[in-house]
Amino acid sequence: MKPSPFVLAATLIAFSTPVFAGTISVAAGPDAQERLQAALIDAKPGDMVEIGAGRFDLTDGLSLDVDKVTVRGAGPSATILSFKNQKGAGEGLLITSDDVVVRGFAVEDSKGDGIKSKGANRIVYHDLRVEWTGGPKETNGAYGLYPVESRDVLIDGVTVKGASDAGIYVGQSTNIIVRNSTAMFNVAGIEIENSYNADVHSNIAMHNTGGILVFDLPNLPQMGGHSVRVFSNRVAKNDTANFAPKGNIVASVPVGTGVMVMANRDVVVFGNALEDNQSANVTLTSYRQAFTDTTYNPMPRNVTVRDNMHGRSGFAPAYGGSPEVNAMLAAGQFAVLWDGLDQTPATLRVTDKVSVISMGFPRQGAGAEEAKPAPADLSQTAAMAEPSPVIMPASMEAAIK
Amino acid sequence: MKRFACAVALWVGLWGGLTAFSPVAVNDALITGDTLPAKLSEFGLLINGRTPNDGVRPYKLNTPLFSDYALKYRFAYVPGGTKVAWRDAGSLDFPVGSVLVKSFGYPADMRKPDEGVRMIETRLLIHRASGWVALPYVWDADGKDATLKRSGQRMDVSWTHLDGKPRTVSYAVPNVNQCKGCHDAGGVLTPIGPKGRNLNDGAQLQAWVTAGLLDRVPANAPAVARFDDVKAPLDARARAYLDINCGHCHNRAGPANTSGLWLDWEQPVGVNLGLGKRPTAAGRGSGDRDFAIAPGHPDQSYMVYRMQSLDSGIAMPELGRNMVHDEGVALVSDWIKTLK
Repeated sequence: MKPSPFVLAATLIAFSTPVFAGTISVAAGPDAQERLQAALIDAKPGDMVEIGAGRFDLTDGLSLDVDKVTVRGAGPSATILSFKNQKGAGEGLLITSDDVVVRGFAVEDSKGDGIKSKGANRIVYHDLRVEWTGGPKETNGAYGLYPVESRDVLIDGVTVKGASDAGIYVGQSTNIIVRNSTAMFNVAGIEIENSYNADVHSNIAMHNTGGILVFDLPNLPQMGGHSVRVFSNRVAKNDTANFAPKGNIVASVPVGTGVMVMANRDVVVFGNALEDNQSANVTLTSYRQAFTDTTYNPMPRNVTVRDNMHGRSGFAPAYGGSPEVNAMLAAGQFAVLWDGLDQTPATLRVTDKVSVISMGFPRQGAGAEEAKPAPADLSQTAAMAEPSPVIMPASMEAAIK
Repeated sequence: MKRFACAVALWVGLWGGLTAFSPVAVNDALITGDTLPAKLSEFGLLINGRTPNDGVRPYKLNTPLFSDYALKYRFAYVPGGTKVAWRDAGSLDFPVGSVLVKSFGYPADMRKPDEGVRMIETRLLIHRASGWVALPYVWDADGKDATLKRSGQRMDVSWTHLDGKPRTVSYAVPNVNQCKGCHDAGGVLTPIGPKGRNLNDGAQLQAWVTAGLLDRVPANAPAVARFDDVKAPLDARARAYLDINCGHCHNRAGPANTSGLWLDWEQPVGVNLGLGKRPTAAGRGSGDRDFAIAPGHPDQSYMVYRMQSLDSGIAMPELGRNMVHDEGVALVSDWIKTLK
């Protein structure tokens, strides 16, 4: 049977309507917690939850568990979700569904993490601000953005300030882009941990304790972090004293760390502007604590540092070693610091025309007092294949066009 | 033939008294349908928050989740002609059409737990063909019925505690996402409490079998201890407590799997149980302590620090606890003291 003209017209209209099946609008005002949470529960796949301009005083965490939902505010300075009076939940907003886009709003003063997404594949974070408004404090929440255990994570155009662990943290995930974002006054600006295939580029990481960290830790479901490219970032003046609660791995990051690569393989750091990082512009190190996990590799392997622009570096190193060692390091103003653990064959390559210092640690886990620093040359290491660029599914890039 | 007789007996047991004593039968169509009824009474599961309708069976757990000292009343409904299947690990297998019912209330005085109980909420876990569905109902002010509250609610609740002193809590009814925040195994909503090991008190499950509700109980069925049974070994009590209070998230497939801290009953003693386990994403939950469990030293273990906190950026469990469970803290601390 041929379709009638009416049915045909209806079909055309259906295809030409906006992408969103429906829009649920939530305005600022009383009972924001209940109204906003209800919208996030009632949304159907394809819907947009539109959060109006204004301040939303929230009393508990929010959560989204519906696939293919866009949560959109009127802009990160106009739509403010304030968690100052939060009584429960470990984060401001928790996302546990796939194909979600969050954009155009701010999360302020959450008691724990700002926005966490877990097992949320193809998630897009765009045009957001997460901030602890009292400045850097140990009582601030840990992570600003916290995608974990996810495939395809796109973070674009966000600003995070004041996180007591990492501003932008991507953990145990695969296929990741962090770009065009700003991380300031956090302990770690941007941290890629136990993750595979990440591009971190065109970001600004300033006034953190450490700018950009690429880490791998033992005893976790996903280990063996690899294939990370850190490029075209400005990583400068990371001069905020470490305010992380002790016990956390970032509490061991010395103030004035630019880019730090720990226990990862196939990492390339290139084309970044690195300056005024008082401990070192680039640090290449093993995991330095004791561990019993026999499946864990604590060493950095296949790491290339090339074509970066270096300003001042290493002028006030904060490694906690002896006064003599610190004086020697400070006098050298080294740009690249390597823990010096022997690797055969050598797989760390630094071709930037800057000074490199080996800390000369005798073994993994050696204490700061065992350092025997000496200048090193890593430029002769053979060139290595670099990881391929990370590409997101087209739908994710289209979502923020 | 015997089985048939048993089934008939079950049928009579479940349905026989219904017309005589109850105004409404359990509404199986509503249970297995796809609607979200606005009123709890529509299901016909309860006469009131603490009293089940015919065919709805009360049950007890050896060690329950701590819920801000609320009294909890648990019931299971299994549709006529079906049976729960025994499982060695995880929840028993409740057939489609089953409902797990849990009511929460506070007496005026905790020393007289049966008097003046104010019902707060009743949570349903409904097994539909599409999977388990979690629905929180908040009791109306007149106490006659409860209303579906999918986005959760907070309310202040006061009572006189066991020590005779007044207590008040900002009680949180979870929203439906938070229900899944705990009732989640590998992304699938799943019951937590009615595991064979936590229902096995030596009599309860055998009674279920006799009543035709459960297919079998193995002779050597596992059992967790009662956390408050001072005659049971400390290790068994602490592991039972961690299992029900933490292990639903902190296991290899649960919402907290990425922490690498796994506290379920099956977890062997080692780093992933917390011994010498450094924080992963704890933030200020570390409390400046290096390890989840520092063997021998509860005051150096951030597990205890997080159990003692009411700050939502620190407190564990993250949901459903707005008071410190003093007895739980004491138990876990005593246990850590014995670890080497």
